[in-house]
Order: sequence, then structure tokens, then C-alpha cells
Amino acid sequence: MSETHEDTAVAERVDIRAVPVRHYGRWVAAAIIVLLAAIVVHSVVTNRAMQWGLVGDYLFNDRVLRGLQNTLVLTAISMVIGVVGGVLLAVMRLSPNPLTSGAAGLYIWLFRGTPLITQLIIWNYLAQFYPRLGIGIPFGPTFVSADTNALISPLLAALLGLGLNEAAYMAEIVRGGIMSVDQGQLEAASALGMSRGRTLRRIILPQAMRVIIPPTGNETIAMLKTTSLVTVIAYFELMNAVQQIYAQNYRIAPLLIVAALWYLFLTSILTLIQMVIEKRFSRGAARPAARQKTWGSRMLGFSFGAREQGMT
Amino acid sequence: MTPVVLAQAIHKRFGRLEVLKGIDFEVRPREVACLIGPSGSGKSTLLRCINHLEKIDAGRLYVDGRLVGYRQRGEKLYELREREIAAQRKDIGMVFQRFNLFPHMTALENVMEAPVQVRRENRQAARDRARELLDQVGLADKENAYPAQLSGGQQQRVAIARALAMRPKLMLFDEPTSALDPELVGDVLGVMRRLADDGMTMVVVTHEMQFAREVADKVLFMDGGVVVEEGDPEEVIGHPKHERTRAFLARVLSPND
Repeated sequence: MSETHEDTAVAERVDIRAVPVRHYGRWVAAAIIVLLAAIVVHSVVTNRAMQWGLVGDYLFNDRVLRGLQNTLVLTAISMVIGVVGGVLLAVMRLSPNPLTSGAAGLYIWLFRGTPLITQLIIWNYLAQFYPRLGIGIPFGPTFVSADTNALISPLLAALLGLGLNEAAYMAEIVRGGIMSVDQGQLEAASALGMSRGRTLRRIILPQAMRVIIPPTGNETIAMLKTTSLVTVIAYFELMNAVQQIYAQNYRIAPLLIVAALWYLFLTSILTLIQMVIEKRFSRGAARPAARQKTWGSRMLGFSFGAREQGMT
Repeated sequence: MTPVVLAQAIHKRFGRLEVLKGIDFEVRPREVACLIGPSGSGKSTLLRCINHLEKIDAGRLYVDGRLVGYRQRGEKLYELREREIAAQRKDIGMVFQRFNLFPHMTALENVMEAPVQVRRENRQAARDRARELLDQVGLADKENAYPAQLSGGQQQRVAIARALAMRPKLMLFDEPTSALDPELVGDVLGVMRRLADDGMTMVVVTHEMQFAREVADKVLFMDGGVVVEEGDPEEVIGHPKHERTRAFLARVLSPND
């Protein structure tokens, strides 16, 4: 029975050749957007105030590049402090000891509850709070001490401000990741005789990574831009470099464009890196990334054969 | 001969709900004990007490002659440290209803993980043994597959191999086939049957009456936190004495079984 049915099905196979739905609304929207884009591009290109020639000159200016280098260093070290601190705080927050989790909670509350710019300036003026910093026995004698102003350089103040603040945000991200892992994983690891620490390292964190990585990528990209805030404590980075230059020559518009282009370029690179890492950590995930339809198929209702084929 | 599992008057409560109300039972070496009963009867909780995933509130529970989770000096009990509890669990394999394979590791890595990390076995030796175990459960060709790429039945067989990799003296099965599609149940039960034939001591919480009847040395029917009836499978399943057992069996067995 079924065989004859299949035979007829094959014999009578008729491919569907239908006229696709015409999306007139999409065409109208597209026309408006193209028009607006033309206006913007025209104004940007023909605007003399932009001084595109100068943008090109200053893009690889020595001071700009040194500022850029400092921006990158600041971003990297702050993120390392943020991630390490965040993991530590998240594990503390999930500890059964109420004082441990309370301390982490207090830290997070404090650092998320005050503006970063305030924290940066506080670190910079730490000497106003504690003129001398030293090592000694609590409530007892001090062995070594130093002048706070000498100890806290603008770089250290910037790193403390950015890193410790980031740790508070990362703590919540890591905690969310850890809590997203199925309780059964913990039980399975326990039943195999794995210790808590090893279970965390080998089983829980690698799975939490999938949830932690995307927001951490966002945090890194945000951090790259946030480093520009340290210009308020006069640490020399990209934004500060640009400001110094235009304070001297008043070429404000082209120099701001130089800064914006560099930030845009770097955030784009970071976005690409984030995509690669995300792919790596989705190992074993059941759901592949959703496939986007090509623009052709969305606009015109047809597809360019090869691009629609599945990726393996 | 010391029984592998010895439970004396075990009580367990979750908040105000008492789930185990005085359980006594023992499992001798090479014996297969099946726990059956309606859901909520406490059978899974009892199983989880055996490897201290749940703490008991009263009574004594011994595995291989050693108190589970405590040390006794004179009349006093001392809680074991986490490290000591982990050491006790090394010798008790457990298979879960929902498999709980590590999704970020391949089948082979799942099986190797505990021997390498906990028993500190040599990686190559652990890999060889893991391959052997995967072969035993009929999945030699799936060693590089991630859990998400395996069917439920295949995942559960990897989970059994993973538990066996620690060379346990006792295997606990918590409804190992309840989350499986009906056509996949047979493969898993087949592996368990062979394990029983090889002389593994097993405690199995199950709804598979046919399996209990054919493989178990002893069946315990639990209801409302107590063991209502216990004995030879032919007795308990074939000729139950208690009304509650009869009512339960009538519900789970089809009339023409």
C-alpha cells in the first residue's frame, strides 16, 4: 500500500512556482531611508567644518596613537580586575556563609550605587581621605607607610576606579551565569565524588560561560568607551590626547571625529572577537545560531540560491 | 557478610512534610533491590539518602559497613567534612532520571572526567577504560558526540558508563527510564540487566515492573514514606498481600499483563 502511494507521490511531484508576496510597505520604507541616508552623507561630505583632510592627518598622529595605546592598556587591565573580582564576588555572594555573601552584597551595592565618575575622583583624591597609607597590624603598629599622593598615580587611580567598579557589575553577570546551570549538574558531580571547588571549575563555570560571555563582551566594549571618563583625573588616554591637541590648535571638530573613528574601529574589532569566542563556548549547545534570511529574500521575496544553503 | 546498604529506622522530613517515616532495609553484595511505589512515596528520597545527597533526620544508614555522612565516636555523631563525604561517594555510582550528563563534554570526556579528576588516574589509562565502558553500553561509535547530539537512551547509557568508570561497589538508579521515549527504554534496561548479571550491587527506583520482576532479588513497595511490602519479586509483584500494593500494581500494569 504505502509503496504504491510513494510511487505516485514521486511521479506527480510538482514544484511550487508561486509569485512571491510583494512587500510594498518595505519598498516605501526603503525609499525613505535611502533618501535620508543621501541627505546625511551629503552633509557630512560637503561640510567644510569637518575638515576631512585634517582628520586624515591626525588619525595617526603620534600623541593620538600614544593615547590610544593607553586606552587599550586601561581597558585590558580594568577588565581583568573586573572579571577576576567579579568571579570572586559572585562565588562569595553564593556562599552559604551569610557574612561572606553579605560582604559581597555590600560591595556590589556600594560600587553600583555611586557614579563611576565620583569613584574615579575619590580614588584620585584619596589623600584627602587618607593622607598616608601603610602596612601594619590592624589597630596596632604600622611597619611601612607612604604618602598617598605619591602612591596613587593617575594610572592607579584610573585602574582602581574602573576595575573595582566593573567587578561589581561582573559579579552580577557571573552570578546569573552560575545560577543558570541546572541543579542536576551539581548533583551529578557530587555523586561522582567531585569536591565543590573542582565542580565549580570543571563543571559549573564552563557551562555558566555560555551565559556569561555575551554580557562580558558588552561590558568590555562599554569599558573601552568608559575609559574616556578618566580624562577627568587627567590620565592620558585617547580622549585626553585629543582634548590636549584641540586645546592648542582649536581644530575641535576633526579631532573629535578622529577619536570617534578610533573608538568605533576598536569596538567593531571587539564585537568580532566576541562572536568568535561565543561560538567556541557554545560547544555542545543544542540550539544553533538562528540563520538570518538574506536581504534579497526579505526585500524582494526571493533568495540567492547559494546563500540560503545551510551551514554545517 | 556486611550488607552493602543497611538502613535502620530512617526518617527524613522536608520542612513539615515527613517523607520517610522509619525505613529499614538491607542490600547484600551482588543483590539487586528495586524500589517501587506511587510518586511521592519517598523512594527517590530514600535513594538520594544513600549517597548523602539528602541528609537523614533520624536513624542510621550504613554503606559497606560505614556510616553515611557521619563518624561515630562513642554515643556521639560527628558530621563528616565535605572532602570525606566526597570520598564516600566515590564508591557509589548514581544514575539520574534526567541523565545529568555534562553538556560541554563529549561522551568520552564525560566518562573520563571523574577518574581523572577525582581518582587521579592517568589520562591515557582513563581514556582506554572509558572507551571500553562505552563499548560495553553499545556506544563505541559515539565517543566524540556531545550529549545534545545523543538520544535520551544513548545519553542514559553514557551516564551509566560514567558512573561505572569510578568502579563503584554500589550503583543507584533513580527512575533511569522514566524520561525516555518508550522505544528507547529497552536498550537502557538491557545494559542494567547485564550489569546485574555481572554481579553489581544495585538499588533501582523504577516503574518498570517487568524489569523488577525479572532482575530484582528483592522488591520493596513503598507508599506514604514507609515500606508497605518487601520480598521476592514473585511475591510482591505476583502475589501482593497488601491492599495498597494491589491497588498500585493494578494501576501500573495493564490488565492483560
